[in-house]
Amino acid sequence: MAAVEAYNITHRYGKVTALDDVSFTVDDGELFGFIGPDGAGKTTLFRIAVTLIIPSGGRMTLFGLNTVNNYRELRNLIGYMPGKFSLYQDLSVEENLNFYATVFGTTLKENYHLIEPIYKQIEPYKKRIAGKLSGGMKQKLALSCALIHKPKILILDEPTTGVDAVSRTEFWEMLSGLKHEGITIVVSTPYMDEALRCDRIALIQSGKILGINTPDNIRRSYSQKLYAVRYPDKYKLLTSLRSLPLAPCPMPIAPCSEPYTLSPEPFGDSVHITLPEGTKPEEILKALETAGLPGATITEIVPGIEDVFLELMKKDE
Amino acid sequence: MKKFMAFVKKEFQHIFRDYRTLIILFGLPAAQILIFGYAVRTDLTNAGIAVLDNAHDVVSAELITRINASEFFHIKYFLNTYDEIDPAFKKGKIKAVIIFPDDFAERLTREGNATVSIIADGSEGNNANLVTGYTTAILNDYSAGLTKQLTSAMPVIVPEVRMYFNPNLQSHFMFIPGIITLILILISALMTSVTIVREKEFGTMEVLLVSPLKPWQIILGKVAPYFFLSLVNVIVILLMAWFVFDLPVKGSISLLIAECMLYILLGLSIGILISASVEKIMNAIFISALGLMLPTLLLSGFIFPIENMPKIYDYVSLFLPPRWFVEIMRSIMIKGAGFMYVWKGTLILAAMTLFFMLLSARKFKVRLEEGGK
Repeated sequence: MAAVEAYNITHRYGKVTALDDVSFTVDDGELFGFIGPDGAGKTTLFRIAVTLIIPSGGRMTLFGLNTVNNYRELRNLIGYMPGKFSLYQDLSVEENLNFYATVFGTTLKENYHLIEPIYKQIEPYKKRIAGKLSGGMKQKLALSCALIHKPKILILDEPTTGVDAVSRTEFWEMLSGLKHEGITIVVSTPYMDEALRCDRIALIQSGKILGINTPDNIRRSYSQKLYAVRYPDKYKLLTSLRSLPLAPCPMPIAPCSEPYTLSPEPFGDSVHITLPEGTKPEEILKALETAGLPGATITEIVPGIEDVFLELMKKDE
Repeated sequence: MKKFMAFVKKEFQHIFRDYRTLIILFGLPAAQILIFGYAVRTDLTNAGIAVLDNAHDVVSAELITRINASEFFHIKYFLNTYDEIDPAFKKGKIKAVIIFPDDFAERLTREGNATVSIIADGSEGNNANLVTGYTTAILNDYSAGLTKQLTSAMPVIVPEVRMYFNPNLQSHFMFIPGIITLILILISALMTSVTIVREKEFGTMEVLLVSPLKPWQIILGKVAPYFFLSLVNVIVILLMAWFVFDLPVKGSISLLIAECMLYILLGLSIGILISASVEKIMNAIFISALGLMLPTLLLSGFIFPIENMPKIYDYVSLFLPPRWFVEIMRSIMIKGAGFMYVWKGTLILAAMTLFFMLLSARKFKVRLEEGGK
């Protein structure tokens, strides 16, 4: 049985459509990622999944249980980590954990093995109040709290936002560990590099799913050859590329560790471009040289998730 | 039940770790009592008074000497006519005027009793009571001495007390019931709405809703500590009223506590209703302060007598729980009234409680939203 099945989910806030006819399936035991910028509709979708919102239209089931009608039974199966770390800032690490354990009808001891790899790292600080923890430690505590009742499915809304790079890497390793325990994990993130860690990803933008596939297949779905152009003065390169008579709109790409952004700001160390039919890479270099940028380089590259995302977005428009 | 107790425990931890909450819970009632207590001084030394002696006989002279000799009074003016009383008061230097009638000694010996009029400045309610109290004591002391001397009848000097400016001494002792009303609405409605909305604002409500906790467990768990602490506060205020201001509860304590419980329940259900309607702590505070504290202060009769208000406010106040509660508290505490005298107010409060409970139960959602339009 599929862990999550969503059929034509639509949700509106007044006149704003947050989700527009979203359908997808998450298999049991899968690590499934929703990738998209802020405001794409990820949080709304997750809140519908955890029974907190009744969608305007469509239907979603988790393990065959409807999120609207069977929400009581369902709530026992879900481990949910909202976008804001839902911790009591004035309670200590231990008290937070014990509270959530009792509320979910279990004890810290009972499921200790499940949270051990995560909790061990923050256990030395168990007397510290949650408000005084670092972002990474808060995240680990929140995950421990979401896991304490041994849920069948973990739903994590942007768990790595606002957390340092090392903690983010550690966090994804923990998720892999949990996946081996047989827990289905649905996670959302605005970071493209994290997408590669998922079994399958859904690209979501403006309430619509642009594509669902494995990260590799997503990357392969890029329809054209992609080139990276490099030049020391990137701003000049970008404006020159834009004004070239034959060049299509260049796509500056953020380095993987930077938050993904849709606006074409010149950062990263290269500018990604695709070439129009019949244009050769050398012609670009020649054109750049006449425009006063000698010594620029161009190389063909494997498209990243971002590239696909941008291409799908353009198609969607 | 275990889940519920864990919830209540957590709530207590929140309360005892947040010094601001503690200040509001315990500092505020104490401060209010003391501020009022300080403003309403209970000891009287060298209070200026005036004497209008129409008798000019031995007894009145003796009494005037005694009054002036006491540490409580200091005679500032000797008046000659009644017309001088008003200017003397208006100058504000005296707390009371003591008047001896012209046939004072004669009546006392012939009829066995005579009247001394005491006119006290009613605008300072507490002082007025003290002045009349002390004067009466001096008069009684004197007549007790006379009784021993004269074996015939029982000569009694009857003090006839009148208040100047505020004949019924309205504001006096009103503040303890008023403070209880204010504190209870503050703790039960404001604090509970804030504590529930805080869970919303910090995102913990999302997880609580997704947890197997039932909504009533969440709500009861949040309000139970405040119910308990409100009761503790009532008892502290009553004890302070008794020991600091010498105002014991005249009526039945258990009836008083029961009425307080009803009022706390009412406050809690209003608090829950507020919390169900807003998303931000600031809004909850704003609504509670503006919507509950101000009417309690202004329209309940706590500070301004309802009788003196324009009729329209009188009608408006009928819909305000504090008005009924202040009335009930006064009846029980000061007049010593039993349930028979307060049943109407109690019934109205109970109906209001039921109304707000049903409304907040309806408004409390098991979800964040119920679907868009």
